[in-house]
Amino acid sequence: MLDTNAFDLRKYLQGNGQSVGVWIALVVVVLFGAMRYDNFTGAYNISSFLNYNSMFIAIALGMCFVIMTGGIDLSVGSVVAFTSVCVAYLSPYGIQVALPGGILAGMAIGSINAFFVIKMRIPPFIATLATMLGAKGGALVIAGRQTISVDWTSNFTKFGMENVGGLLPWSIISVAILAVGLWIVLERTSIGRTVEAIGGGEDATRMMGLPVDRAKAFVYILSGGCAGLAGVILASGFGAGQPLEGVGWELSAIASVVVGGTLLTGGMGSVPATVAGALLLGLVFNILNFENGRGVISISAYWQMVVRGMFLFVVILLQARVSRATKKQGV
Amino acid sequence: MSDFDWKRISKHGDKIALAVLLLINVLITPNFLQLQTLFVNISQVATIAIVAVGMTLVIATAGIDLSVGAVMAVAGALAPLIFLSDFAQANPALGLTLSIVVPILVALACGLFNGLLVAYLGVQPIIATLIFFISGRGIAQVLTNGNLQTFNHPGFSYLGTGKILGLPFQGWLVVVIAIVFWYVVNRTMFGRRILAVGGNENAARLTGTPVRKVKTGVYVISAGLSGIAGLIVVAINSASDAARIGNLMELDAIAAAVVGGTLLSGGRAPIFGAILGAVIIQLVKYTLLANGVADEVALIAKAAIIVLAVYVQQGRKE
Amino acid sequence: MQPLLRMQGINKSFAGVAALTSAELEIAPGEVHAVIGQNGAGKSTLIKILTGVYRKDSGDIEFEGNPLNAQSPREAQDAGIATIYQELSLVPLRSVTENVIMGYEPRNKLGLVDWKAAHTRSREILAGFGITIDVTQPLGSYSTAIQQLTAIARAVSLNARLVIMDEPTSSLDDREVETLFGVVRALKDKGVSVIYISHFLDELFHICDRATIMRDGQTVAVREIAESTKLSLIADMLGRDPEEIAAAGMTDLGGGVRETGELLLEAKDLKTDRNLRDVSVSVHKGEIVGLGGLLGSGRTEAARAIFAMDKLRNGFVRTTARPNGFSDPADAIRSGIGFLTEDRKAEGIVPEMTVRENMTLALLPKLIKNGAIDRERETEIVEKFVKALGIKLASIEQPIRELSGGNQQKVLLARWLALEPDLLILDEPTRGVDVGAKFEIQSIIREYVEKGVGVLLISSEFEELVEGADRIVVLQEGTSVTELQNPGITEESLIGAIAQSHDGATA
Repeated sequence: MLDTNAFDLRKYLQGNGQSVGVWIALVVVVLFGAMRYDNFTGAYNISSFLNYNSMFIAIALGMCFVIMTGGIDLSVGSVVAFTSVCVAYLSPYGIQVALPGGILAGMAIGSINAFFVIKMRIPPFIATLATMLGAKGGALVIAGRQTISVDWTSNFTKFGMENVGGLLPWSIISVAILAVGLWIVLERTSIGRTVEAIGGGEDATRMMGLPVDRAKAFVYILSGGCAGLAGVILASGFGAGQPLEGVGWELSAIASVVVGGTLLTGGMGSVPATVAGALLLGLVFNILNFENGRGVISISAYWQMVVRGMFLFVVILLQARVSRATKKQGV
Repeated sequence: MSDFDWKRISKHGDKIALAVLLLINVLITPNFLQLQTLFVNISQVATIAIVAVGMTLVIATAGIDLSVGAVMAVAGALAPLIFLSDFAQANPALGLTLSIVVPILVALACGLFNGLLVAYLGVQPIIATLIFFISGRGIAQVLTNGNLQTFNHPGFSYLGTGKILGLPFQGWLVVVIAIVFWYVVNRTMFGRRILAVGGNENAARLTGTPVRKVKTGVYVISAGLSGIAGLIVVAINSASDAARIGNLMELDAIAAAVVGGTLLSGGRAPIFGAILGAVIIQLVKYTLLANGVADEVALIAKAAIIVLAVYVQQGRKE
Repeated sequence: MQPLLRMQGINKSFAGVAALTSAELEIAPGEVHAVIGQNGAGKSTLIKILTGVYRKDSGDIEFEGNPLNAQSPREAQDAGIATIYQELSLVPLRSVTENVIMGYEPRNKLGLVDWKAAHTRSREILAGFGITIDVTQPLGSYSTAIQQLTAIARAVSLNARLVIMDEPTSSLDDREVETLFGVVRALKDKGVSVIYISHFLDELFHICDRATIMRDGQTVAVREIAESTKLSLIADMLGRDPEEIAAAGMTDLGGGVRETGELLLEAKDLKTDRNLRDVSVSVHKGEIVGLGGLLGSGRTEAARAIFAMDKLRNGFVRTTARPNGFSDPADAIRSGIGFLTEDRKAEGIVPEMTVRENMTLALLPKLIKNGAIDRERETEIVEKFVKALGIKLASIEQPIRELSGGNQQKVLLARWLALEPDLLILDEPTRGVDVGAKFEIQSIIREYVEKGVGVLLISSEFEELVEGADRIVVLQEGTSVTELQNPGITEESLIGAIAQSHDGATA
């Protein structure tokens, strides 16, 4: 038992080291970009970078909570596509209707995940793989297989296109509010505590008398809601509901969460570090774009997927090295 | 008594489902009882079945392989690149051989990567194979620059359009693969050890089973079979589109394996069950398609089948 | 005085097998009460019923004068019964404060957790036990003892009237144990009752007032600790007469040294990370060497170390063929060693596999002919053993999970016998099997020993050890303390040796 605890402690220290690492990496990458490219710190690059990556931060936040319980949500990409279509139809009523509508649509699919996982006891990856498929089908059905143009006359597109003070898009502001809210939930409410306790040991948590099922339902619905928000940003930022978008986004989200130091086996995670992880991954692409623009290297959009995979691979190697090092201690 | 009946029904659920599907099709699908229908279905089910065999082995060790579709795309993108190259044009026979051998070798290497991550680094199978799930397809698109490669190469197309004794070549290939792996599972030490690792990893280790090697092996096999399936898809279409080859194949393969009676918790590898599962998945798709149901609704139907199959299985376990 | 807790006539069975038969437990207010018994005596089932993890089949539970029927751990907790589990059910990655108040956090006006108040509160709670630590640090950065004390502090802060401690000292060092005892005494002073479950009997004499002894799912005795001796408690646990044990313990042990065969395996000064400190044992051809000791004394751990399942931190294992020991279990198997595990379910059977497949799992490399398993020979071997061991089954193609415990055990035994091993390590070979199968398994073992196989026998049943073993190495807290030689060992003398060595070691 002593060993078990020492093991957890090492994981903690390593995890902490890693989240410090992600911040350092973030600063280094920003400095590198700022020195190398003229327009890197320009208002246009900053606002478009934040606008685009706000979606990835949103789904990474939801994923972070799911992974903390030891689960996984593979449906987020499809849910983004699904809700982007839903809100495209809602856009004539304005953002005040479309925003809650989109989030609710995402939460609805999240509840299906929760039902599958908790009530039907289907393993999370199978359950969310199925809803990934279902949501994708649903998006195509309601969109009639095409992108759905949004209503440009309402205030809907402002949400994804207008910058406050010429720099900060509404999308990143909404996601920032979400992040702060979730940070408070995780650190300051009992449901947040329960979420982390579940990942540390589901049975033990049940034994402690904490509401395990409620917390698990919470994370899947939350993840759906976050994807819903991302869907709203997508539709308003690009002016269309896009049923085919979101492919592979779950990987980005998982990679961001993991690079932020959240253990894939659950039990601990950090909201700020997850945000940093998503920003770091986004910056890597941003820099690659700049390099492309300079003509130093020439890489196609297809590299994006490869880079995402490699990113995840590196992070996994880092985590695996730690757990192997601890195994050698004879745990 | 009713409990007993339920168990029996769920045990033979796959066969009953197949019978019901066939009956529905005979009744409502136009021209179902035509030879052409059979050919179409055989050629389409073949890829699912081949991948499902590999998936069955992986799941039998209590793992999962999400990368099968992406590996198909890599292999499928490579083949035309090779046989359309100048070198292959100059040496047709060697070119054709290489265009089959090299993609399969590359696929095996992908499998080795997955296997090493899972078995030696202890990464959960979902995460380990998720890497290729996404980046594999990216690699395929990078290779082809995202272009659709069309070709006219009768030799290579035989993989997808050839016929032996009047039946599609890939149908025979499925039969051969199924028999080979049935033999491996039921008659060889490796097969027995796959089941032992999935059935009780501790017991397997205690009886001297090289658990890591066995686990690595199944991912290599799964990827190799995916590579073959990727080649077949390309051969059928006489075209290679890296974005589409094997898209969502992991779902079909998992569904086929689960419908065929493979336990997600490991320890069972019904190879012919997986083939039967693949046939059911294909028939569902065909039924919906032939009756004018849209593709996207078929997706939802597939999702429902997966959830239902896993749910029934969970119930059976308890 | 009215008892704090009264459990009466508790019955519970699992899948038709009785785990508890009208078990009883009575705890007085402010009392430290031990619950002891052999493995499988029903201690943990009884506790789990009390804490709402299991539901009782019948019986009455009264807590503070009111009937109690907890449906979940939460309900038990709310009623004032807190459990400190063997596996700490805390979150080591979070701060001490969080762990103390999890689920019951003080809130500020906005309904959010008020950390300042929380830290103050947890500091106060811990100070009540004489512990002053930085409560904002992650719990995992403190020793196991502090973590355990935090769990206890948590329980008490939830106004627990009864705290259940399950093997609380199993991973503490001597100084930490003292701290823990201090906390237990502090609890007692506060009027909180403690149920103390431990297999370290010595501890009971330090802090417990009374002990309830369980055996075979029944409550067999309730003793005042002050009026008991360790010997009498062990006698109660085993259902023996203490005077006989005491008398036998004083007689001269060990008869003449028996002629033994060549040395098969020698293990010296074994130490691993699993509570194995210093164990030496050797086995000769045609000899049964027993490993005796109470639960937790390191018997299974010694076997695991020899079979190369756990890494050695000190000492060595050697055989004639392998002077440097084994690299892994496969290597041990290749050099003719078999290990029948004590945990049939977790490490023995592969439930979905057939009897045939289960039996030949370790033998597979020897069954290969032309790259495939020689099915004819396989079936032949399996059928031979089914017959020889009298395994009752419908067909060798039956999944092993359908067999009874005794028959499963015979299949697993056959798994190793089929290897024609030189040395068999048998960990609880007859646990959980019926009397008939037990006798059969024992005579099979004897038969093989007569053919020259060496056996290292681990058993919680002293009878089995005394009658079966030629020598018994007595273990205590991960250390081999003495060796008894047959003929001349009696159950009483073995128990005496086990109890005796305890006396010497802890104090």
